[in-house]
Amino acid sequence: MRRTRVIPILLLHNRGLVKSVKFKNYKYVGDPINAVRIFNEKEVDEICILDITATRQKRPPDFEHIAEIVSEAFMPISYGGGVTGLDDAERLFYNGVEKIVLNHATVDRTDLIGDIASRYGAQSVMGSIDYRKNWLGRQSVYTLNGEVAVKLSPLQKAVELRDLGVGEIILNSIDRDGTYSGYDLKTIEEVTRAVGVPVVACGGASSVDDFRKAKQAGASAVAAGSMFVFQRPHNAVLISYPKPEILKKELFTK
Amino acid sequence: MVNSIAILDFGVGNLKSIENMLRKAGVSGVSIARSPDGVAAAAKLILPGVGHFDNGMKKLRDSGLCDILNEKVLGEKVPVLGICLGAQMLTNGSEEGVETGLGWIKARCERFDIDKMQEPLSIPHMGWADVTSKKKSPLTSDLPDEPRFYFTHSYHVVCEDPADVLLSADYGVEFTAAIARGNIFGTQFHPEKSHKFGMKILANFAAL
Repeated sequence: MRRTRVIPILLLHNRGLVKSVKFKNYKYVGDPINAVRIFNEKEVDEICILDITATRQKRPPDFEHIAEIVSEAFMPISYGGGVTGLDDAERLFYNGVEKIVLNHATVDRTDLIGDIASRYGAQSVMGSIDYRKNWLGRQSVYTLNGEVAVKLSPLQKAVELRDLGVGEIILNSIDRDGTYSGYDLKTIEEVTRAVGVPVVACGGASSVDDFRKAKQAGASAVAAGSMFVFQRPHNAVLISYPKPEILKKELFTK
Repeated sequence: MVNSIAILDFGVGNLKSIENMLRKAGVSGVSIARSPDGVAAAAKLILPGVGHFDNGMKKLRDSGLCDILNEKVLGEKVPVLGICLGAQMLTNGSEEGVETGLGWIKARCERFDIDKMQEPLSIPHMGWADVTSKKKSPLTSDLPDEPRFYFTHSYHVVCEDPADVLLSADYGVEFTAAIARGNIFGTQFHPEKSHKFGMKILANFAAL
């Protein structure tokens, strides 16, 4: 049986967890340590923690807080937000983070990917691509929470990240974030065909069926935010994760 | 200490996570060893490691721990558990680099070859995989049902003697997921990040 990783993405804001719709309308969803404990009990595959204000506030990661969160996590953790140098990465690894997620740093610190990869291996660096349709209707990459245009298509950016040495790419559709409208299968297919490194699909998931479609489109892993922290129809906060039997039946390959 | 476990700190690897998981498993007497004295005092050793093979071996040699390690593992037959790169370092060497490994297990590390896979899969192999037991060992006794572990690697161990293979897993090809020979153990996966399955492996190691 080949398993596909199913990854909750948790957004940190002032030491609390929030969730957005299209990278806007942030809603408080709870305490990160508590959330990680619940995800532990549910034996989730992996957790991705992104501090969404660190880079914008030009501050380093909140190392102490991250260490505290990670000490409760008995699954792999990736972390992104405010990492600008090798010493930041080093400290995070020392505290128990497996993978560093780089987004804005891939624009202004292109050497950082190679620096981390050569020391800790490619598998320890994830490149994150946030993209949405620009005013011309073309898919375009943005950094800093979708605010600054990079002037590359997601495919161009993915190839660039692969060539810089990332071990994995998170492909996040801003237009689908928090909308439950399904993944952007077209872009997933286009990117996975071109890059060869694992691609994590993100943005729009509402069901295990969406996971299955992303996998068929070529994704190595699937990620979601809202689906794991909200209960529909009223988006009440409720942490959930698909049951192992369901994933086995509907997602994994025999 | 009579039954102490020392996690070797030679500058590569996720020591905190291993310490955390041992604590969760209720194991006491865990220390981080940076000096030959720290290694000498331990009853069991854990060799962590992430990253490039040559970097790991160089760092281990530079740490000045190799002599005492050889003495403890080959002389005193103290149980040792290598994790991920730490498991690969137990072998003679790796395709990834030119450095010589510890050579405690007759094996080499090879890169996943996409041409040998039944279906082309991305490299590195990142994710959870089910394992198949190849022999009995106290390290893998009483694992919870359907044991699965977290892997993140591009290279894997290829044993000269198939009897040294403890667990295998599949990633387009069957590969060695854990090795065991006498007092020497290695897991390609990360038990410290593998929920109750990994906790059981570490608890078993602590109980050896």
